[in-house]
Amino acid sequence: MIPSNFDYQRAQSVDDALTKLAASGGTGKVIAGGHSLVPMMKLRLHEPTTLIDIARIGELSGIREQDGLIEIGANTVHHDVATSSLLRNNCPIIAETAGMIGDPQVRNRGTLGGSLAHADPAADYPAALLALDAQIQLQGPSGTREVAATDFFQGLFTVDLADNEIITAVRFTPVQVAAYAKLYQRASRFAIVGVAAALVINQGSMLRKPTIRSSRIGLTGAASHALRLTSVEEAVAGQAATAEAMAQAAQGAGAKIDDINADLHASEAYRRAMIQVFTTRALQGALARLPA
Amino acid sequence: MAQVSITVNGKQRSSEVEPRTLLVHFLREQLNLTGTHVGCDTSQCGACTVLIDGRSAKACTVFAVQADGSEVTTIEGLAEGEQLHPLQTGFWEEHGLQCGYCTPGMIMSCVNLLNDNPKPSEQEIREGLDGNLCRCTGYQHIVNAVQHAATKG
Ligand SMILES: Cc1cc2nc3c(=O)[nH]c(=O)nc-3n(C[C@H](O)[C@H](O)[C@H](O)COP(=O)(O)OP(=O)(O)OC[C@H]3O[C@@H](n4cnc5c(N)ncnc54)[C@H](O)[C@@H]3O)c2cc1C
Ligand code: FES
Ligand code: FES
Repeated sequence: MIPSNFDYQRAQSVDDALTKLAASGGTGKVIAGGHSLVPMMKLRLHEPTTLIDIARIGELSGIREQDGLIEIGANTVHHDVATSSLLRNNCPIIAETAGMIGDPQVRNRGTLGGSLAHADPAADYPAALLALDAQIQLQGPSGTREVAATDFFQGLFTVDLADNEIITAVRFTPVQVAAYAKLYQRASRFAIVGVAAALVINQGSMLRKPTIRSSRIGLTGAASHALRLTSVEEAVAGQAATAEAMAQAAQGAGAKIDDINADLHASEAYRRAMIQVFTTRALQGALARLPA
Repeated sequence: MAQVSITVNGKQRSSEVEPRTLLVHFLREQLNLTGTHVGCDTSQCGACTVLIDGRSAKACTVFAVQADGSEVTTIEGLAEGEQLHPLQTGFWEEHGLQCGYCTPGMIMSCVNLLNDNPKPSEQEIREGLDGNLCRCTGYQHIVNAVQHAATKG
């Protein structure tokens, strides 16, 4: 499988990448890890005439904490997110999610920005970013803008990102009490269903047991794009912070989504059943991270 | 055409390539390093695994131009003269292969694994090989080979 020919350019900075992208007149594409784009180009599903390599732009890499917010550069590879001690200590769900993507070779090359821009309906990061209420930072010819994850994922492989824009980073407030649970497609390792849950807890007292104040739950793999499971979010609020209450709240999770995917890996009915199972596991996994 | 300069197994190799040339084809067809195999050509099997700047990667899913300026290690770069790499010895001693088609990629993935985690558990070895398929062995002897290298290497 040989892709069609293209010109290759390496960008030195974000500004340089944006200039090169504009010069390509809509037929160019940026390449980061290439682990979605190269397979698509081999199948000739994409035939860009110019590839602008952004992988070596240092300002797009790295994981930082500032003013209580965590920022992950778009070029950061999955392996670096999965093994970051800053993330493992302060926001374990995101490291956990990255560590469940694909396989070691994929995690060594694939990037956060590439995964978000590509927006595979079975990609893992979107679920976690919905649960974290993350903000996606974009830069284009007319400056920068910020889009909430809830508004970013719009449809099948469709996101709020213009042809002449680049994702530069993702920002979020770290959450301890959050977890990701995933049903793997055994061969590709993409998510048949993936659920990320983040909980805000009302601390208990001598007289009162802890309860769930609120939650955010992101679902991937099930529909054309990642989305919030708002009905479960509502059902969880006010419940006791116990495993049983979480299983109860997850009853009927996803029942209101009408465009559930069906493919050779999982029928619609099976996916629906698994949404409930993995929502329960994500909620219980989050509770298990409650500091003792 | 594009000019690439890649340090392969310690030697700098410069060449003109079409930008669409995959790294695995550059290695096999231009440098005659045919130890790196193509199994699936669809990023699944790991037979094409090499190290790029010390990290394992599927060379069928990387354009050679992306590796311009990088260091690449292939299976041919592991032994030092007649002295086999501990993982090569492990695969030999523990019968970690049958047809051998997957073996170069398996070994390169295991180099990455042992660099990150010199004493992996059996479970960690199996997870470290998530990106490599073997159609012959049933994996048990491959796990044994990695344990051999980790304990005796
Ligand atoms: C075998 C295999 C298994 C996989 N398994 C999983 C899995 O289990 N879960 C999962 O979530 N993913 C999986 N993936 C996909 C993987 O995570 C990809 O790395 C990721 O989807 C794309 O990241 P990339 O850096 O490789 O992007 P690229 O392939 O370089 O680019 C993908 C798209 O994003 C655009 N792009 C890249 N960076 C930016 C940017 N900063 N700003 C704007 N646009 C950008 C490109 O133009 C292109 O359209 C798998 C891939 C493979 C090959
Ligand atoms: S040939 Fe590269 S993964 Fe199979
Ligand atoms: S030994 Fe034959 S494919 Fe692994």
